[in-house]
Amino acid sequence: MMSKIKSFDELKSVQERLKAGRDPKKPCITICVGTGCLAYGTRKLVDNFREELAKRDLTGKIDFRTSGCHGFCERGPMVVISPEKIFYQRVGLDDAGEIIDKTVLTGEIIDRLLYVDPQTGEKYVHEDDVPFYKKQTRLVFGQNSKVDPESMDDYLAIGGYGALGKALTGMKPEEIIQEVIKANLRGRGGGGFPAGWKWDETRKAKGEPKYIICNADEGDPGAYMDRSLLEGNPHLVLEGMIIGAYAIGSSQGYIYVRNEYPLAVKNINIAIRQAREAGLLGKNIMGSGFSFDLKINRGGGAFVCGESSALFASLEGRAGEPRAKYIHATDKGLYDKPTNLNNVETWANIPFIINRGADWFAGIGTEGSKGTKIFSLVGKINNTGLVEVPMGTTIRTIVFEIGGGIPGGKKFKAIQTGGPSGGCIPEAHLDLPVDFDELTKIGSMMGSGGMIVMDENNCMVDVAKYFTNFLVSESCGKCVPCREGIRRMRDILADIADGKGREGDVELLQSMAQGIQDGALCALGNSAPNPVMSTIRYFRDEYEAHIKEKRCPAGVCRALITYSVDPEKCTGCTLCAKVCPTKAATGVKKEAHTIDPAKCTKCGACRESCKFDAIIVR
Amino acid sequence: MEDKVKNIIKKYGSDKSFIVPILQDVQKEFNYLPKDALFSVSAHLSVPISRVYEVVTFYKAFSLKPKGRNQLSLCMGTACHVRGAELIASNVSDILGIKEGDTTADLEYSFETVGCLGACALGPVLVVNGEYHGHMNIAKSTKILKKLGKKGATNDEQD
Repeated sequence: MMSKIKSFDELKSVQERLKAGRDPKKPCITICVGTGCLAYGTRKLVDNFREELAKRDLTGKIDFRTSGCHGFCERGPMVVISPEKIFYQRVGLDDAGEIIDKTVLTGEIIDRLLYVDPQTGEKYVHEDDVPFYKKQTRLVFGQNSKVDPESMDDYLAIGGYGALGKALTGMKPEEIIQEVIKANLRGRGGGGFPAGWKWDETRKAKGEPKYIICNADEGDPGAYMDRSLLEGNPHLVLEGMIIGAYAIGSSQGYIYVRNEYPLAVKNINIAIRQAREAGLLGKNIMGSGFSFDLKINRGGGAFVCGESSALFASLEGRAGEPRAKYIHATDKGLYDKPTNLNNVETWANIPFIINRGADWFAGIGTEGSKGTKIFSLVGKINNTGLVEVPMGTTIRTIVFEIGGGIPGGKKFKAIQTGGPSGGCIPEAHLDLPVDFDELTKIGSMMGSGGMIVMDENNCMVDVAKYFTNFLVSESCGKCVPCREGIRRMRDILADIADGKGREGDVELLQSMAQGIQDGALCALGNSAPNPVMSTIRYFRDEYEAHIKEKRCPAGVCRALITYSVDPEKCTGCTLCAKVCPTKAATGVKKEAHTIDPAKCTKCGACRESCKFDAIIVR
Repeated sequence: MEDKVKNIIKKYGSDKSFIVPILQDVQKEFNYLPKDALFSVSAHLSVPISRVYEVVTFYKAFSLKPKGRNQLSLCMGTACHVRGAELIASNVSDILGIKEGDTTADLEYSFETVGCLGACALGPVLVVNGEYHGHMNIAKSTKILKKLGKKGATNDEQD
């Protein structure tokens, strides 16, 4: 247990002491234990490493660190060996001994664990050279691989809480706010509202106490950067919040986190306890006289609770229903007191702005959007993972250079950003520089940073139906346009997908969208039509094919497709007949098989099993 | 039951605003939210039972029905969706003979679809009793169900 740090100078000496105790040349094995890698069974690999190190009497002689998410989730389990930063991917759970004996002790590279670029076939030894990392600017997220999330010492050793010390001893609250305004840090949770202005309004608002909240109710399906920050570097988020609390004049903060993120909840709890013990949270922080404390509240699994006023209701122990926005949260938020709410990634940016200054921060990005943004690049993409790039990076760079393109030689069709509130962006906009304003201009939005890549086998009507379905079940039901309107839109979309679409349906969807956008109470409803509108805007021909020709060009909508076998390609391997649950696929061994459309339920099992691409879906 | 609920509430300092986490813990204890437990929560937190019921029915995390011994959750995040999660969902539903969100009559299986689990690289993901199974497909899900349900019985799987 650490004794309380009573001044900035004392913090500096603790940082120095921890840094000096670490030899940068000492070999260190770092292994990613983010949720993504854990799902590969990485826990066992960690145990194996500990065991093998102990067996060789190397515990302590070689550093071993479990860290948060490195972002390259596609290639887990991942091991990085410092100081050379040798990068091993898809490491087998029993490879620990071999890695220690060969690479750590004798410097030999294990060829089969190296990353091979799927496009060029080139092999890479060092982490920094891997194209996935090379093209990124890993400012906020980069620290993840340098710290064990359960170790405050790790965070202090890389200068952690230095920004807090600087803020508390050398800056007036107003100065901090001016710095954040000057940096033009915009909210990373979706809205893109300038954080500094919000801070300023909360500070100036009448009413005590003032609250600050970290919104970690990351509900966008396909986005998980906030989770990875909380899991992987909780102290960074805490430091940002404490600085914010000091600037705003708040003594009580909350972290509202999804209950589906147990590891994030665990790690942030540990971090809070450590920070309290070290006197960086609680009464008289670092001897400055400023006091602030934090509580964690786990969400109940309601997407709408990511909306600020619904989140307040949930924090107060009620159903998470939003309210109209003519009263600002900065005036009357949680318990009707001035409240400042920012998202995890926004808070995590604060220490960097304080440490390196607003001018430096504003030097990154575009005219209207400064700094970097973490995106979760998922779907039909070779390198699934979390990607941090400067604002203004083009979609093409993100998808093809960092993401490594589309698997299986398929054609890029669209990229969906902004989650259920966003839209689908077609190929024509691949060179769009991604920032808050550009995405809004073309009918999508930044949202929390989910990027879902779709290929030619994805149907845009189906995607619109998917998001609308999601929103139907997540609508809180308070206002009619959202509760009834989205449901009706979903029904129309379901009809179109079922081949029951009628002429005029597209126009009807468009006019309903307008009504919902104008009439809904909160951002969930206002933006709910976006997935439908953007797919109509860019893929209207697909809607027409469903409605007029009763055809699903991508071969997704079950009512409109039939399964058959290509006799040219079929080798008669009988696999499809084996997996078919209704015995629709039949045939003699080594002869072309057939599918009986009367029995076929279009479950897709045959297509999935066929190794010769012989199942035709039209 | 009363004592268990009391202890959970005490952990949160009998603070009404923590009703959601309190109910989460109660659910964890009993595997669902029994009616009597809700009345206990209402009494010890001094929150009207109608308000407790409102909260329980609003949030997806809560279940008023007992869950099965085997719990299957299929991720329905966008990344899993574009990789064909829906076909897997209907396969699991067909085999178990229940709709998603339901539990089989013998209380052996519960099947639910969930929002994004954030394991997108592994998508589609099926979580079986807390264990993640990635890169799921129709055949794999059939196999997993067979393994769960045919314990001890003869197995006619080819592989």
